[in-house]
Amino acid sequence: MAATALPTLTAKDLTTDQEVRWCPGCGDYSILAQMKKALTTVGVPREKMVFVSGIGCSSRFPYYMNTYGFHTIHGRAPTVATGLRLANPDLQIWVVTGDGDGLSIGGNHLMHVLRRNIDLKILLFNNEIYGLTKGQYSPTSRTGTPSKTSKTGSLETPIRPLTMAIASEATFIARTVDVDVKHLTETLQKAAAHKGAAFVEIYQNCKIFNDEVWAYATDKSVKADNLLYVEHGKPMIFGKDKNKGIRLNGLTPEVVEIGKDCQIDDLLVHDEKTDDPTLATLLSRMVGPKFPEVLGTYRSFRKPCYEEMLDAQIADNIAKKGKGQVADLFKAEDVWTVE
Amino acid sequence: MVSPTSSAEAASSASRNGKHSVQEVESITIRFAGDSGDGMQLAGTRFTDTSAILGNDIATFPDFPAEIRAPAGTLAGVSGFQVHFSSNDIHTPGDILDALVVMNPAALKTNLRDLKKGGILIVNTDAFAQNDLDKAKYKVNPLEDGSLAGYHVVRVAVSKLNKEAVKDCGLSPREQDRCKNFFALGLVYWLYERPLEATLKWLKEKFGKKTELKPVLDANNAALKAGYNYGETVELLPVQYKVVKAKITPGKYRKITGNEAIAIGLVAASHAANKTLVYSGYPITPASQVLEDLSQPEMRRHGVKTLQAEDEIAAIGVALGASFGGAIGVTGTSGPGICLKSEAINLAVMTELPLVIIDVQRGGPSTGLPTKTEQADLLQAMFGRNGESPVAIVAPQSPVDCFDITYEAVKIATRFMCPVFILSDGYIANGSEPWKIPDIAKLPKIEIVHATGPNSEGMNGAVHEHAEGEGSGAGKFLPYKRDQYLSRPWAIPGTPGLEHRIGGIEKQDVTGNINYEAANHEHMVHTRWKKIENIAETIPELEVIGDADAELLVIGWGGTYGSITTAVDRVRKNGKKVAQAHLRYLNPMPKNTEAVLKKYKKILVPELNSGQLCWLLRAKYLVPAEGFNKVQGRPFLVSEIEAAIGKLV
Ligand SMILES: Cc1ncc(C[n+]2csc(CCOP(=O)(O)OP(=O)(O)O)c2C)c(N)n1
Ligand code: SF4
Ligand SMILES: [Mg+2]
Repeated sequence: MAATALPTLTAKDLTTDQEVRWCPGCGDYSILAQMKKALTTVGVPREKMVFVSGIGCSSRFPYYMNTYGFHTIHGRAPTVATGLRLANPDLQIWVVTGDGDGLSIGGNHLMHVLRRNIDLKILLFNNEIYGLTKGQYSPTSRTGTPSKTSKTGSLETPIRPLTMAIASEATFIARTVDVDVKHLTETLQKAAAHKGAAFVEIYQNCKIFNDEVWAYATDKSVKADNLLYVEHGKPMIFGKDKNKGIRLNGLTPEVVEIGKDCQIDDLLVHDEKTDDPTLATLLSRMVGPKFPEVLGTYRSFRKPCYEEMLDAQIADNIAKKGKGQVADLFKAEDVWTVE
Repeated sequence: MVSPTSSAEAASSASRNGKHSVQEVESITIRFAGDSGDGMQLAGTRFTDTSAILGNDIATFPDFPAEIRAPAGTLAGVSGFQVHFSSNDIHTPGDILDALVVMNPAALKTNLRDLKKGGILIVNTDAFAQNDLDKAKYKVNPLEDGSLAGYHVVRVAVSKLNKEAVKDCGLSPREQDRCKNFFALGLVYWLYERPLEATLKWLKEKFGKKTELKPVLDANNAALKAGYNYGETVELLPVQYKVVKAKITPGKYRKITGNEAIAIGLVAASHAANKTLVYSGYPITPASQVLEDLSQPEMRRHGVKTLQAEDEIAAIGVALGASFGGAIGVTGTSGPGICLKSEAINLAVMTELPLVIIDVQRGGPSTGLPTKTEQADLLQAMFGRNGESPVAIVAPQSPVDCFDITYEAVKIATRFMCPVFILSDGYIANGSEPWKIPDIAKLPKIEIVHATGPNSEGMNGAVHEHAEGEGSGAGKFLPYKRDQYLSRPWAIPGTPGLEHRIGGIEKQDVTGNINYEAANHEHMVHTRWKKIENIAETIPELEVIGDADAELLVIGWGGTYGSITTAVDRVRKNGKKVAQAHLRYLNPMPKNTEAVLKKYKKILVPELNSGQLCWLLRAKYLVPAEGFNKVQGRPFLVSEIEAAIGKLV
């Protein structure tokens, strides 16, 4: 049979007839738009894409993508996606989760799905709030955040999603922000190309219950000084005037001014390929206002996936003793005949 | 026919001239009891295999402590293995013991009450020192205070004799002592005229492959033979007992436990359906063995995919995701795990995907009695979730039936696109019986039809009143368009043109779109129930055995089948009329259930709970069912049910 070229997908092909129900101004709209854009270029036919989500505003995502989709239950999307992956090795599976869904009720699953390196692209829409239940604080809310259930200020230390992902041995880890459409699209494309558990934190604005938490990272007048975009092999430079950088002082990073405190050669150089998690961990713990917050790919390296190794075990055992037959199931240590 | 083998040559030459006689009996129930470290489970299993190979019918009941490492010698650490072997067709591991082997005082204390008066009590006298007695909380030595007068006590210095027998095999003193279960086993083989062959063969297969294990092999061989010879030489008892072959349907047999049968049933069903089996579980007694069995290298050859999940919630999520992907998704656990799975079971109810959920029931609530049996999850399976949540429920009635019921569960789940509960229990999960190896050609086919293209042609919203609106035009895929049984199509991701979204939010029938309308919700609630009820169209009718024209019907479900059947048989042999029925399908129940129940004036429902099936039968059919209930973490004794029936006939 002649090879047929893949029909090119358009964003419209990926749009469903369902009315999008997010609040006007919600950051999720931008993520949906960039996702469709990104997927037109990844070379995977629509029927091979699946979106699996938990519960939350963010988790409505699958209804708006004209692909296969499974809107599961609160926190459990990684588990359902794992089963789907075991059943079917050639789908491209995306998991959409929120900060509550993925880090509170589903925190355990997230950790384990990353550790097993199941080939899934997991997007955490971090708005630092419970959106769907109308504004309670979440595990990523900053200490002191006033919310419906923390009127007097949250008393909890927030979890750092990327530090958690690194500790869980994810093989692809990145961070981006809803309104940087170019960076968001590229990050989604990079995640799509990765084989293994990919984890992407997306700073997402909840217009209604936590507006402006990300203002320092999205407001044009200040964001350049508050964000550091890392690229593999490049020195860590940031700032409106591209004159600031990150240097290592002993085991701690520090912000330095190029030309004044040091030269470019003294700066930390990003390495996303290394299998040593130290650098990525250090970046994941840089928090404003003391530091710029780091966007880009923290880690990206190849390691066998659970399902690949499982398939290999199956192939191996078949190679050794042949494909299992029904009759083999009935064998036992002792079989006797009654006449 | 039944003769000691070459292994016992020395002994056999001396034997047949003996003063002792051989007495033929119909059945024997024996229990090996000792500390968890004494290898009683192993001794019991070997004895069972030997008896099965000899052609006896067998039934076993292993009983182990919840704590793996309870302090040695204590009451909490006692482990037992009971074997019932017979020249007749038997259904239970036996009520009372004809013989009891105890390796220490704790085992004596916890097991003696089950030994019949005048029964044989074999005691390892080496384990009755003061500190052993203290650990078992005996104030005076029961071997000396006359308290065992009613039994036929056989005192054997098992530890010493065993040590002597294995001393030249090259084991450390500690390792030597660990062979004493085989010494005891040899002794019991002599008592019941069983050959050593099968056990020697087993030892050779287990330890004969590696040279470094040679001392272990030699020592166990020596201990086994020494035990046998000791019985013979010292004329341990004036009689030997003999249980001849049972009249069993000709064929090839093996022994099987309920958990083994579930694992094998799942894989056999996946072959029949031509599908990958994806099994995910989280370790829990008494269900772990299913996951263990399915992850064996042997099972990899069948393409079985397993995942030991981080918890029971993850396990069912994995199974459901696999079903969405077109595989046979299965999860297994016990009661506490079912609690965790309930939210995901409802997701399966809503998304109408096939799913098999195994609940090997144990004593509850909460952690309850992890190693003990109970049938108390029926109403949990039936109703234990939010909203109206109909699922199919089946229950195996014996270890062997676990194979058939599992196969059946896969069939129902895939045909009706619904979750199916298998309610097994600790008793049949660990108990074993002979299994006639099925004829592969006769195993039922499991036909699965996946959606391959749009299904909206000619519909025009006519299939159902809620079908209007978008999505119902021709050339579309309608994921909730139903067939004659109300089952929906199974379209697997990767199929072009059938892209669709499912989830736990209420959906419009036919199109599957999110829908919050009042009338649609009611329609969907009813449809989900009706679909489960439709399963009754495809399952066998409820069969009445015994005296169909009796006044009393005894009806049970699940693992109590053996005890109920034996009790009913006994009462009938005494000239009373009793009808019996056993439910393997609990939701829906067979179509004729109501008609059967209404024929009887009295209905007795024996259950290992406080009356759950009884409650269902009364609620559904308005019949005067009465419960006979036991909630002790132990199976019914036949005599208990016999007495309960006796009061009604
Ligand atoms: C078992 C369960 N508990 C609670 C809820 C209620 N609930 C729905 S979404 C949500 C939090 C969502 O927050 P997040 O994951 O951050 O998503 P967002 O809405 O912010 O996108 C909660 C608590 C639920 N659906 N299920
Ligand atoms: S509540 Fe917040 S997160 Fe949810 S849709 Fe509205 S703006 Fe978006
Ligand atoms: Mg949120």
